[in-house]
Amino acid sequence: MKRFLFLAPVAAFVAVLAVFFAGLGRDPSTLPSVYLGKPLPAFAAPPLRPGDIGLTNEDLARGEPVLLNAFASWCGPCRYEHPVFLKLRREGVAIHGLNWKDRPEDGQRWLAERGDPYVRLGSDPTGRTGIELGVAGVPETFVIDKHGRVRYRHVGAVTPEVWEQKIGPLMARLRAES
Amino acid sequence: MSAEVGQFALILALLLALVQSLAPLWGAARGDRVLMALGRQASLLQAGFVALAFGCLAYAYLTCDFSVALVAQHSHTSQPAPYRFAATWGSHEGSMLLWVLILAAYGAGVAVFGGTLRETLQARVLGVQGLIASAFLGFLIFTSNPFLRLDPAPIEGTELNPLLQDPGLVMHPPLLYLGYVGFSIAFCFAVAALIEGRVDAAWARWVRPWVLAAWVPLTCGITLGSAWAYYELGWGGWWFWDPVENASLMPWLLGTALLHSALVLERRGALVSWTILLAILTFSLSLVGTFLVRSGILTSVHAFAVDPKRGVFILGIIAATTGAALGLYGWRAQALKPGAVFTPVSREGGIILNNLFLSVLCAVVFWGTFQPVFIELANGDKISVGPPYYALNFAPFAAVLLILVVFGPMMNWKRDDARRTFLRLRIPAAVAGAVALVAAVLGGLKGLATAGGLGLAAWLILGSGAILARRWWAGRAYLGRSVRTTPRAIVGLTLAHLGLGLLCLGVTGVTAWESDKVLNMRPGETVAFAGRELTLTVVETTRGPNWEARTARFAVKGATGGYDLRSERRFFPSAQSQTTEAGIRVGPLGNLYVSVGEESPQGIVVRLWNHPLIVWIWIGGFVMALGGAVSLSDRRLRIGSLVKAPPPQPQVQAAE
Repeated sequence: MKRFLFLAPVAAFVAVLAVFFAGLGRDPSTLPSVYLGKPLPAFAAPPLRPGDIGLTNEDLARGEPVLLNAFASWCGPCRYEHPVFLKLRREGVAIHGLNWKDRPEDGQRWLAERGDPYVRLGSDPTGRTGIELGVAGVPETFVIDKHGRVRYRHVGAVTPEVWEQKIGPLMARLRAES
Repeated sequence: MSAEVGQFALILALLLALVQSLAPLWGAARGDRVLMALGRQASLLQAGFVALAFGCLAYAYLTCDFSVALVAQHSHTSQPAPYRFAATWGSHEGSMLLWVLILAAYGAGVAVFGGTLRETLQARVLGVQGLIASAFLGFLIFTSNPFLRLDPAPIEGTELNPLLQDPGLVMHPPLLYLGYVGFSIAFCFAVAALIEGRVDAAWARWVRPWVLAAWVPLTCGITLGSAWAYYELGWGGWWFWDPVENASLMPWLLGTALLHSALVLERRGALVSWTILLAILTFSLSLVGTFLVRSGILTSVHAFAVDPKRGVFILGIIAATTGAALGLYGWRAQALKPGAVFTPVSREGGIILNNLFLSVLCAVVFWGTFQPVFIELANGDKISVGPPYYALNFAPFAAVLLILVVFGPMMNWKRDDARRTFLRLRIPAAVAGAVALVAAVLGGLKGLATAGGLGLAAWLILGSGAILARRWWAGRAYLGRSVRTTPRAIVGLTLAHLGLGLLCLGVTGVTAWESDKVLNMRPGETVAFAGRELTLTVVETTRGPNWEARTARFAVKGATGGYDLRSERRFFPSAQSQTTEAGIRVGPLGNLYVSVGEESPQGIVVRLWNHPLIVWIWIGGFVMALGGAVSLSDRRLRIGSLVKAPPPQPQVQAAE
């Protein structure tokens, strides 16, 4: 009996190690969307700021590829990707925003403070719209082609590297598509 | 030229590390003193060559040798020289080189200062240490070579991430690594003891200073990292439960447990196999910390360039070191002599409770960190674990542990009485109860957690003071002498527990009373906030060595007088990125934290925070580290390690 007690740490370690090895292959930042290749379901998120228009699925199929970014004021990595979006907006990339599971006043304040890169902006304080879109957490960014179909889903911050290596080239390809 | 010298030095160091691992282990098995001496020489030479390699890389950074790929990726001619030097360990490859350098330095330390150890034990410790060094040198040379050349060399390099160009962060990684790697010595001692099949008080007396020597810089490093996040990231928070923060917290929690259980082993000869297990697990968690940042298994804001190949290599190292050590443990540990007996209510019993709670806390953090990986493998769901998990699971155990912390040092070894122990603590208990009661009455039901936190802080601070007070009261007839003759270990213990109390005070204060305000301000405007009046005097453009900034200057009028604050947004043209420098007025009662944002026709966005008592979080952390350092300087530890053949411990014999 006592012998097994001393061997328990080895057994536990082997189990943990197996999980680590299995987890190594996974890339936590790519996560296929169930809507890959399909348009997002119909949704209508109310505006974040009173007087704005809000965000609906129709905004996503306007004949040019767009990004849809779910963010929240409480999310750390969102602070890292925010300057990237501001820069992209200046370069003419259309980005729509969904303020996910956040108090509207916090979201407003966040954008007032850091700048607003979004063309259309929806508010989703309860996370209901997010559930319909399959948002698992923030930050998360969908690449949507000119027909409104989801082409890529990025989980995690869109850092300059992610833009340069993954999303930027994809957007360029989508723009070239007829 | 320096890159090639460094490259050869690394290869030679790897060969020497192999000699260091094989010769002494074989020598110890055969009783061959020449081979054992060879191990000592090899470890000294290995340290020398690793230092040479590190020097070569640092030289390449300082001289902006952009023909070295690593330098070109992390340095820029406009970067100030101290940060060019610090960039040496600002990348994955460079930080691994620093890791190996510290490992080699600790190994050399055992070779130099370990002359009083039993010769076979020293040889085996060095041998195991050499194995670890070989694995990491191999990792460095084969997967992360820092000395790769670029041809043609670029004229200008890419700047180090501006967030990392900060004095706090220059010191943060070396301190953390001193801690992580320092635990490797405890690990080597544990494995060597398992090979020898012999653990005694002399072993513990040797291990404890090494554990302390790792624990002190680790505590400093974590505290510094938290302070850096507070003032540099501009979020106003001090701990985010990020996977990488957790990676440093886990070895700290287990290392703290190890520190205490080694004390029992040293003084009473008990908890033998548990201490060995803790030593193995603490270093394993340090390795996991390294693995975590570099494998890409979890996303984190701190992550280095992710490369699964490196992940496999490090995971292989973990599998080999921890797997072999735990296997050896399963095979040999039960043959170790169990220690002296004690009753549950005794200082040993208290320390066992301490170990239990620290291990549970470590498990909570471990599960919180890796839960996303486990859950995804189990059913494919993606989840993220955030602060609510820790508030629910970490805080209650931590609170109970903090209550218990005060009892331990007040109890006698071997056997004590619960009622008498409590009577010794009646004054701290009464004061803490009163503090909690007053705070609860003032704060109402909502403030119960705050009241509990304040009471806990008072309990810890007074309870730690009671250790010295009790000692000095007993010797009050010769007060001067009893103060002078108080062993430093006891002063260290008091300081470390006191630091915990200050930390608790800071956490409670900032959690309960934090307030913030965001507004647009134009120069000349004044705003009232948290009992102070802030006037934005001017917004101007300023320049630094490699950045330009929009600087906002504020004049603040508080209850105690006026002062100026300045917050700026820095733009680094060559790195194409921005940082925010917050303006912080630090005070014992609370910090005023000002951070500016975008400018618009309506003015500049100003975010104000009032952080009551927050500074005590970091003071507490550093006081804890100071306690460890004072304890490390204790005469008993130094003399203990100088006694060649320590006399048998009388208490141990008495108990058997």
